[in-house]
Amino acid sequence: MRKLHVKEITQAVKEMCISANYNLGKDVIDAFEKAKENEESPVGKEIIENLIKNAQIARYNQMPMCQDTGMAVLFVELGQEVQLLDGNITDAINEGVRQGYSEGYLRKSVVSDPLIRKNTGDNTPAIIYYDIVPGDKVKITIAPKGFGSENMSKTKMLKPSDGIKGVEDFVVEVVSQAGPNPCPPIVVGVGIGGTLDKAANMAKKALIRPIGEHNELQHINEMEKRLLERINNLGIGPQGLGGITTALAVNIEVFATHIAGLPVAVNINCHASRHEERII
Amino acid sequence: MSKNIKRITTPLTEEKVKSLRAGDTVYISGVIFTGRDAAHQRLIDSLKKGDKLPFDIKDQIIYYVGPAPAKPGQAIGSAGPTTSYRMDELTVPLLELGLNGMIGKGSRSKKVIEGMKKYGAIYFAAIGGAGALIADSIKKAEIIAYEDLGPEAIRKLEVMDFPVIVVIDSEGNNLYETERQKYKK
Repeated sequence: MRKLHVKEITQAVKEMCISANYNLGKDVIDAFEKAKENEESPVGKEIIENLIKNAQIARYNQMPMCQDTGMAVLFVELGQEVQLLDGNITDAINEGVRQGYSEGYLRKSVVSDPLIRKNTGDNTPAIIYYDIVPGDKVKITIAPKGFGSENMSKTKMLKPSDGIKGVEDFVVEVVSQAGPNPCPPIVVGVGIGGTLDKAANMAKKALIRPIGEHNELQHINEMEKRLLERINNLGIGPQGLGGITTALAVNIEVFATHIAGLPVAVNINCHASRHEERII
Repeated sequence: MSKNIKRITTPLTEEKVKSLRAGDTVYISGVIFTGRDAAHQRLIDSLKKGDKLPFDIKDQIIYYVGPAPAKPGQAIGSAGPTTSYRMDELTVPLLELGLNGMIGKGSRSKKVIEGMKKYGAIYFAAIGGAGALIADSIKKAEIIAYEDLGPEAIRKLEVMDFPVIVVIDSEGNNLYETERQKYKK
């Protein structure tokens, strides 16, 4: 067994919260550059230029690119040969979020109870998903998730007979109805299969896949391309002010499902598509 | 956006409202006020109870934003717009009291647009997610009400050439609808 102090996890989470909010990933910047060349709308082009400029200012000044520094969503792959010492991992992660959001001057956007709605003041608790995997490493991926786009996400339990067309029509409908609200150009995460919760989890996980990487399954890879084209034909454009850049990517994950079902979840991310991973 | 830039200084009087058209790029200077979900709820609750609002909203602009904290030496942290539709049900009573401008992002309800036409108001969009860029045009920020709401407290901002686009004007022309049609394939 490899021994690992949870303090190391706290430190990593703290640094990643700050870094993910200050430094937009190269995958997104590259997608902006490409979209800027292709965009037909002059207003749309100018908005994309401003988004590039915004990312540069945030990186240079070491400040958040967007004021909505999100709810901290973490995917943790815990190697089964790791023994964690000096505390429990969930507390250690939340402590990292607490320190990161405070020391990084990030906005505290979490309320303790969805109905009473009192701000917790430190952006905890985080949303944490654990997977136990082979090996003696811990892989942590953080995705600070803004809610302008989260609010535009949807899940639907389709019938098996709805098939590929039913799935694609639903995804396009969700994006079309969202219109200008989720800060386009967006990244669309789609989960197909599993159960209600599994589909939603896959849709979220799809959002941490770097832009430009596609699903390895041929039929899903083709669906990603078809959907991207249909979405960019909606005309919504950057910030909803018209154009051909409504989405930068469509990322789909799939899983086995029941003979009676075809669950589909669509999780939308704004252009501040933040994700950072680290292996400890 | 770069074509014809109109510069306006607050307060946003009726005359200025009438001069703005959907599609105009506008640089706003002067004082504007922040307010989002929780602050709007309190404003409306105050009105229902017959209490005075914490600031005179006649001819003013409310910016839907919950800024990130300022680092030492900064006036404000990242400060881009939040999605406006969540304020839709809490907007018309403010328009009735003379609120003449709102800055946010995303669609508005029919009810809000009717209210804007009736009372004469403008809906501006700032670039969502460009919070670091926008913060450059905010020179001063001061909490004037509901401090306990943290990022949602009402702040008085002094802005200089704050960049926005008129999305819905006082006649109800709506850029989100007209522009999307042009690029639909």
